[in-house]
Amino acid sequence: MNRPKNHCDDSCLQLGLLFLMTFYSFFCAASTVKVDQNGKVKTIHEALVMTTPGDTVLVYGGNYSEGTILIDKPLTLIGIDRPIIDGHDRESDIIIIASDSVTLEGFTIQNAGTSYIKDLAGIRVRRKNSFVIRNNHLINTMFGIYLEKANDGKIVDNQVIGQAIEEVSSGNGIHAWYCKNLFISGNTIESHRDGIYFEFVESSQLIDNISRNNLRYGLHFMFSNNDEYTNNLFEKNGAGVAVMFSKNINMYHNTFTNNWGSASYGLLLKEIYDARIEENIFDGNTMGIKVDGSTRVTYHNNDFENNGWAIKFVGGSYDNKINNNNFISNSFDLVLESARNNNTIDGNYWSSYTGYDLDKNGIGDIPFRPVKLFSYIVSRTPESMVLLRSLFIDIIDFSEKVRPMFTPENVMDHAPLMNKVVY
Amino acid sequence: MLKILKYSFFDLIRSKWSYVYFFFYLVISSSLLYLSGDISKVIISLMNIILILVPLIASIFGVMYYYNSREFTELLLAQPIKRTNIFLGQYIGLAVSLSSSLLFGLGIPFLVFGIFRSSEIWNFIILIVTGIFLTFIFSAISFLVALKNENRLKGFGIVIFLWMFMAIIYDGLFLLSLIVFKEYPLETISLILSMLNPIDLSRILILLKLDISALMGYTGAVFRKFFGTDTGLLLSTLILIMWTVLPVWAIVRVSGRKNF
Repeated sequence: MNRPKNHCDDSCLQLGLLFLMTFYSFFCAASTVKVDQNGKVKTIHEALVMTTPGDTVLVYGGNYSEGTILIDKPLTLIGIDRPIIDGHDRESDIIIIASDSVTLEGFTIQNAGTSYIKDLAGIRVRRKNSFVIRNNHLINTMFGIYLEKANDGKIVDNQVIGQAIEEVSSGNGIHAWYCKNLFISGNTIESHRDGIYFEFVESSQLIDNISRNNLRYGLHFMFSNNDEYTNNLFEKNGAGVAVMFSKNINMYHNTFTNNWGSASYGLLLKEIYDARIEENIFDGNTMGIKVDGSTRVTYHNNDFENNGWAIKFVGGSYDNKINNNNFISNSFDLVLESARNNNTIDGNYWSSYTGYDLDKNGIGDIPFRPVKLFSYIVSRTPESMVLLRSLFIDIIDFSEKVRPMFTPENVMDHAPLMNKVVY
Repeated sequence: MLKILKYSFFDLIRSKWSYVYFFFYLVISSSLLYLSGDISKVIISLMNIILILVPLIASIFGVMYYYNSREFTELLLAQPIKRTNIFLGQYIGLAVSLSSSLLFGLGIPFLVFGIFRSSEIWNFIILIVTGIFLTFIFSAISFLVALKNENRLKGFGIVIFLWMFMAIIYDGLFLLSLIVFKEYPLETISLILSMLNPIDLSRILILLKLDISALMGYTGAVFRKFFGTDTGLLLSTLILIMWTVLPVWAIVRVSGRKNF
């Protein structure tokens, strides 16, 4: 009985408010409220009560610890001299953005606490759009920035530094769930579980971010389609980037370095379709790319240098194009074991290629087989790794190259390049 | 002993084979450096050459030198000089002259190419140090074999076989046993087995510097501990020293008892 009435009341009120707001903004310019610990308005809470939509709140330097701050109007909050908002490990979110068009800039947000039950966050955006989170420092906030069904947001130039020790008690630097059109750029993310985590995120861009020392992945895509990441650096993570169950992901100009360990990869691909991997650098990883099911993926103009394995395919991978890449000084260039293979791997530069080019057209005259017998042996008896680069192994690799018996016969580069690809 | 050492050393240094050996390394390393221009790649190529060639040359040179200087040795034995001094002096003279061919043959081109300004300096030092260790180990083994065998042909045969066994056959048997017994936990065994062969051990020492990213791909805890820390480097060096000391000690013992 009560419900419809209430609902009416609500909507009436909203309509009234809307009217008032339009009226207000039409006649008065948005005002500015200053928060200063030595001034008239001493806390951010007070300021939030005083403001009307569209206002700007200037927060001056100092330490503000006021519990959870809920921003429920379209406001611009700007920190001057980097004020600190401290959660004092009280196990609650520090800032919740519960309105469209909120801008948050120039704060240090710290100490959300650790919880095994709740996902605590430094900044949480809940079902609201068009937010801007710029130039903030988030320190030790389990999850740094947590987006739930939030669209059209910009997350720019933030530093998100965690203190993750183990996966169960830590969160992700930037966590996005069911979002669209995000623009994430220039952020530095360190020591979390995943640096950046995307689940059901569509049409988003990641540019110029640095993600390092994270326990699991530097960047993690789950069920996210049509995204692009460019010019990012992934360093010393459990694995640089994991792209799982996703379609149409573009990966350009990224650097993946020093991801070491028995389950460490520069890039991990699992069940992905129609991706483009171009002009990336994979340097000094245990595995440059581990591919567990990829279809119609283009690997083009990448540099693989000093990796344990440059690319390792496990499981069925079809219609992939591996062209114009540089494979330089990797312990193993390519591992591809399935007997049925319709991937093209033509026109790459391999530093271990020993053929010749008599007609001087820049393309080696004899095809190159990148899959070595030894890689086949190592995947079956891992201990045999201690024999890497011994003369005996070179001899059996050579005899396998002359007449393949164990490695798939049709995996070869028909047009190996004599010189490095320059792009 | 020092006098005999000096005599052997200068005798060998003047021989044309030392020059050939020296120029061989000079030409190989400078041409590799000139052709590829990438120091780290050259070090990897040189590693393969050093691991195979240094033991072979040291072995052959060792027996050759012992058999050729036999008359002189007999002359020395007639003098009031301790036997230990004679043989140790000859051995060290031989090993030092071979090592210096290696050191200068590789060192000069790298110096010209600017190794001191490169980040690869440690890899290069490890390469040289393992090369010198291998020279000392294999010339000691060949000296020992020559001491024990009066028959030259037999001596040569044994030394060549020993080289082949350690450079190739050992790894083959090793791999075979790993494959046959793959159902069992093998990581400790495989580490120990690779320690028992100085060529394998030197290879691992260099791998620790160059291929660490691949070695870290294996899950076993013992492996990771060995390869991931300085323990591996320290242990390998210690065992290389043992490999040098043991044959030398055997030379001293055998030469003391031998009838001439």
